[in-house]
Amino acid sequence: MSAQPSGATAFLARFDGLRDHLPGGRLPWVAKLRADAAEAFRAAGLPGRRVEAWRYTDLAPIAQAGFTEALTFVDEAPALPPMRAPYRAVFVDGRFAESLSVMPAGYRCGSLAAGLDGAEFLLGTLAQPLPLVALNTMLFEDGLLLDLPAGQDGGVLELLSIASHTGRPIAFHPRHLIRLGAGASLTLIETSLGPAEAAYLHNPVYEIGIGADAKLSHVRIQREGRSGFQLATVLAAVQAGGVYDNFTLNAGARLVRNEIHTALLGPKAACHMNGAQLAGDGQHADTTTFLDHAAPDCASRQTYKTVLAGKSRGVFQGKILVRQAAQRTDGYQMNQALLLSDDAEIDAKPQLEIYADDVKCSHGATVGALDEAQLFYLRARGIPAEQARAMLVQAFLVEAIEGVTDPIAQAALAEATDGWWEREAA
Amino acid sequence: MLKIEGLTAEIEGKQILKGIDLEVPTGEIHAIMGPNGSGKSTLSYVLSGREGYEITGGSATFNGVDLLSMEPEERAASGLFLAFQYPVELPGVGNANFLRTALNAIRKSKGEPEIDAMQFLKLARTKLKTLQMADDMLKRNVNVGFSGGEKKRNEVLQMALLEPSLAILDETDSGLDIDALKIVADGVNAMRGPGFSALVITHYQRLLDYIVPDRVHVLIGGRIVKSGGKELALELEAEGYAKVAA
Ligand SMILES: Nc1ncnc2c1ncn2[C@@H]1O[C@H](COP(=O)(O)OP(=O)(O)OP(=O)(O)O)[C@@H](O)[C@H]1O
Ligand SMILES: [Mg+2]
Repeated sequence: MSAQPSGATAFLARFDGLRDHLPGGRLPWVAKLRADAAEAFRAAGLPGRRVEAWRYTDLAPIAQAGFTEALTFVDEAPALPPMRAPYRAVFVDGRFAESLSVMPAGYRCGSLAAGLDGAEFLLGTLAQPLPLVALNTMLFEDGLLLDLPAGQDGGVLELLSIASHTGRPIAFHPRHLIRLGAGASLTLIETSLGPAEAAYLHNPVYEIGIGADAKLSHVRIQREGRSGFQLATVLAAVQAGGVYDNFTLNAGARLVRNEIHTALLGPKAACHMNGAQLAGDGQHADTTTFLDHAAPDCASRQTYKTVLAGKSRGVFQGKILVRQAAQRTDGYQMNQALLLSDDAEIDAKPQLEIYADDVKCSHGATVGALDEAQLFYLRARGIPAEQARAMLVQAFLVEAIEGVTDPIAQAALAEATDGWWEREAA
Repeated sequence: MLKIEGLTAEIEGKQILKGIDLEVPTGEIHAIMGPNGSGKSTLSYVLSGREGYEITGGSATFNGVDLLSMEPEERAASGLFLAFQYPVELPGVGNANFLRTALNAIRKSKGEPEIDAMQFLKLARTKLKTLQMADDMLKRNVNVGFSGGEKKRNEVLQMALLEPSLAILDETDSGLDIDALKIVADGVNAMRGPGFSALVITHYQRLLDYIVPDRVHVLIGGRIVKSGGKELALELEAEGYAKVAA
């Protein structure tokens, strides 16, 4: 028996072989970050189900897949969906594709690999001792580097991640660094796509720094191919009066983990984290959130909705930590699941840990099936059964989705959710 | 014509309908009266296809077609409409979207073209006006936060839009104020004609002053125990079920 933690071997071997060739290999501070991350990953390995935070999500299929690196650039440009916003950063297999991208001018926004020298302000600063973050730090080849100066409105930017079909099970670990200066604002709409039949691993990590009174609206639409894996970790830190809004739709992938850590570090910072998970036969969707209330007078709102069809599994874990300093915290968390089949399973674990005494914090959870009376009411009006079910699924999602107000994001979301049930039922 | 013969049905092993015989010829409006729990709503659900009822015997046909073997949406498409005794709330579903989806589903099944949002709004506004309903009813979620009377009016609005050939109105008058009662009755009377029949379930003879029925049936214990002209309603009101049925 090997002493190596499970699933780590191939990734570590890759790092050992490539360390000098990875971006930033000649920058001592990057090399050190990577070496430290490799040490941490060597010790931890892919998290197993005995780790409390991974009780409900089994990474064994990833450990067994033996993912390899996306060594060569794909020559052929993959088919891209039409642009929705004026600007779009395109990543193919985790690498920035400049020729496919339309980048905003007026602020620093581009490839991390090309801009590593000077990314010290963010890279690794928000990282937490998490195995998947270590894996990403060890092996990232590129990512988005976005630095919006104080007071500037960055408008709407699309981030598109595409997995190409190389015929081999490839893994890529993009690192996205996003900083908003004081009073800056930005809407970032991200879509991840991949071919249905390709097994691949997309392991993105986001380090997001939001300055005082700045606002980032971050919409993530996960539509990976049905054989793909996505393990995403968002690390966000919000200064006084700043706002971080995250909406994540999990609609694709064989297995997805959407893990978000948000720290509210200054007074009157706010955070809305909403999401919807639509999982059909053979899919596993996990949303895990950590909200760290570290300053007084902050507010957080979370509404997550999970819809499960066929033989699928949904997970929601949400922890709210209210530190002693975080007086007058206003925290709210709701997670609801709708089970459309007897073979679907949901695990929900809300957790409150409160050290301040003047706090308003509530959480709730519901699990249910479609309401037969509602279904009959629709059908009695002539609406066919599957269409009626689809309407009720949409209605169930409304509360989570209505917080997304940007019209471009709304259209992207509608495209990703419309017809979902009809396709699953077919 | 609606023709029900020897219809028996049970729910959770309990027999509720014990042999219903009833005919509503095309163009006629019939009333059903009967005490609480006698099976009036059960009959309306069985006719419109709600799940959970076991039909143990008999038949129900509409214009010669077997109703009981159809899906609920097929029954609606063939012209059947049930105004619910307890209209269902649909949080997250906008009323306008609901009404237009229903209308288009029925149009589609008839081979008619769908109508777009603009055309629909125009149509809905004229119907709202005749029912003296506020336009903002369209913007709200279906029946959510509606008062009892508003829910009933919303049922009648749906009927007016979907233009059924057979309407079952299950206590649509309950919870309506006097003015609303007249408005709703006008809505039903406006549809009256050779291509429209209705089964009006009510506890109050007053409704039948406005919607004058061709026949009145008394349903007690899962059976029609007596039928007569519109004067039977007055008789019931004066004497009570026990005496009339005896
Ligand atoms: N799910 C159920 N399980 C058991 N009994 C039921 C169920 N649904 C209805 N019943 C019973 O069936 C009988 C008939 O009910 P129904 O609703 O048809 O009465 P109704 O004539 O419409 O009464 P009301 O005038 O009060 O509306 C009642 O005794 C009721 O309790
Ligand atoms: Mg009833």
